[in-house]
Amino acid sequence: MSFDVQKIREDFPILKRSVNGYPLVYLDNAATSQKPQEVIDCIVAYYSTYNANIHRGVHTLSQEATEAYEEARKKIQKHFHIQYPEEVIFTSGTTHGINLVANGFSSLLNEGDEILVSAMEHHSNIVPWQMLCERTGAILKVIPMNEKGELVMEVFENLLTEKTQLVFVNHVSNALGTINPIEEIIQKSHKVGAAVLIDGAQSCAHIKPNLQTLDADFYVASAHKMCGPTGVGMLYGKKEWLEKLPPYQGGGEMIKEVTFEKTTYAGLPHKFEAGTPNIAGGIAFGAAIDYLHKIGFEAIANYENELLEYATSELLKIKGLKIYGTSKKKTSVISFNLEGIHPFDIGTIVDKLGIAVRTGHHCAQPIMDFYKIPGTVRASFSFYNTKEEVDRLVKAVQKAQMMLS
Amino acid sequence: MTIATLQEELIEEFSLFDDWLDKYEHIIELGKSLPLIEDTLKTDDKLIKGCQSKVWLHAEMKEGNIIFTADSDAIITKGIIAVLIRVFSNQTPEEIIQADTSFIDEIGLKEHLSPTRANGLVSMIKQMKLYAVAFQAQKTT
Ligand SMILES: Cc1ncc(COP(=O)(O)O)c(C=O)c1O
Repeated sequence: MSFDVQKIREDFPILKRSVNGYPLVYLDNAATSQKPQEVIDCIVAYYSTYNANIHRGVHTLSQEATEAYEEARKKIQKHFHIQYPEEVIFTSGTTHGINLVANGFSSLLNEGDEILVSAMEHHSNIVPWQMLCERTGAILKVIPMNEKGELVMEVFENLLTEKTQLVFVNHVSNALGTINPIEEIIQKSHKVGAAVLIDGAQSCAHIKPNLQTLDADFYVASAHKMCGPTGVGMLYGKKEWLEKLPPYQGGGEMIKEVTFEKTTYAGLPHKFEAGTPNIAGGIAFGAAIDYLHKIGFEAIANYENELLEYATSELLKIKGLKIYGTSKKKTSVISFNLEGIHPFDIGTIVDKLGIAVRTGHHCAQPIMDFYKIPGTVRASFSFYNTKEEVDRLVKAVQKAQMMLS
Repeated sequence: MTIATLQEELIEEFSLFDDWLDKYEHIIELGKSLPLIEDTLKTDDKLIKGCQSKVWLHAEMKEGNIIFTADSDAIITKGIIAVLIRVFSNQTPEEIIQADTSFIDEIGLKEHLSPTRANGLVSMIKQMKLYAVAFQAQKTT
């Protein structure tokens, strides 16, 4: 297998730019990925040649746009191994998908029902459930993690009871990179009759799941994490579940018939797609999936693993550097701190050297509380990063350490 | 010294550095030399919101002037506070309220003024001015 990273880099126009006088090293891929020319062109083509509202007009443009949009839905369906296209709901992103499900469960939960979330969730996978609990009187329980940043599965099993209605975990933690054992979590949750939502925001760019064999009840992801545009994402829900949940927002597109007395809702997926969606975004989401398939998910995973191993061993050569999240199963995310130095200071110096990393709590404050730290520096690698870029990061961190200690 | 002269002085001091590395090294030095706030004053009500790093700011009146002391858990932030304190501490409330802050730009710390940077330079200045307004109100009542 030949993985020509230099050739791949040619596909991403942004990688040619410089920052603060240095060639950009973009290591904030866990926040959002960069976009290949193909995806950018796809958006331009939509607005310059067939921009029209979808599912509405009989005119040619509208039909072309509708076809392209529905074609994208099928690409998503195929990519995630989803049984029916109507089980794919276009959303504005992971956060929207989670809120849609949480809101739907308001009418299905009773006081005293229990919801489990993991200790390593993104705020977007904590707050909606807290709000749901406030509305319904359900109780939120937390699956703890250990020092390595892995879920403690024995405790999870003890927390699962017939009261458990819902279980939410991210496939991969954005702050630590841990790949959670979602197969096992889904199986065990189903044994007590609980539904499971998997947050795929951090895994979708690295791991291609088979949602049918996985048997997840819900799965959410964002296009912008997988080389697609911002403001669009997907929610998968098993048909039975999506039929049971009430609509989230009312509006055009989601209705069958409207009188002032009563409205009948449209069938799936339109019931959950009120209003004019992000049409260009949806179509470009499809283009991003096509692009990733051309590179190949296996090739991506292999190469990113190589980068992760190289970066981990190089960074650990720096005295006083500690990595948070040391699970054996990880995606290419390294969260770290230097002894006695605030992550914000490191981020500031490293940015001056043209390197984009994230600093702070990464929307996962409970994890920072667990380690009793104010935050970390997070470098997250993608298949278009190189070992030379890892070397530049290491040098920059060393420079920061020299200046700051 | 007046706020304006102190600002002039800082602009001159920072103009000696022509590259960012030296400038940041200087900020870090200033951070290290900042007289620390007493630990008993590092309470949550003294914390400034909107900073990625923690910043505690304390103000008291002495002979008509406001004395600021501050601390941060991040050294670059501390260096920036040191700059602010040099300019604004030991001045009257009126002078602080009226002070112009464009010197930040001139000493090349403009990037830290961006509210999206979340290091709270903007919040710090705002908090200092708020203290000044509060002390002024106390005086007149
Ligand atoms: C694990 C996880 N969940 C949810 C989100 C939220 O995704 P979005 O902002 O695209 O809705 C993110 C984004 O950082 C994430 O990493």
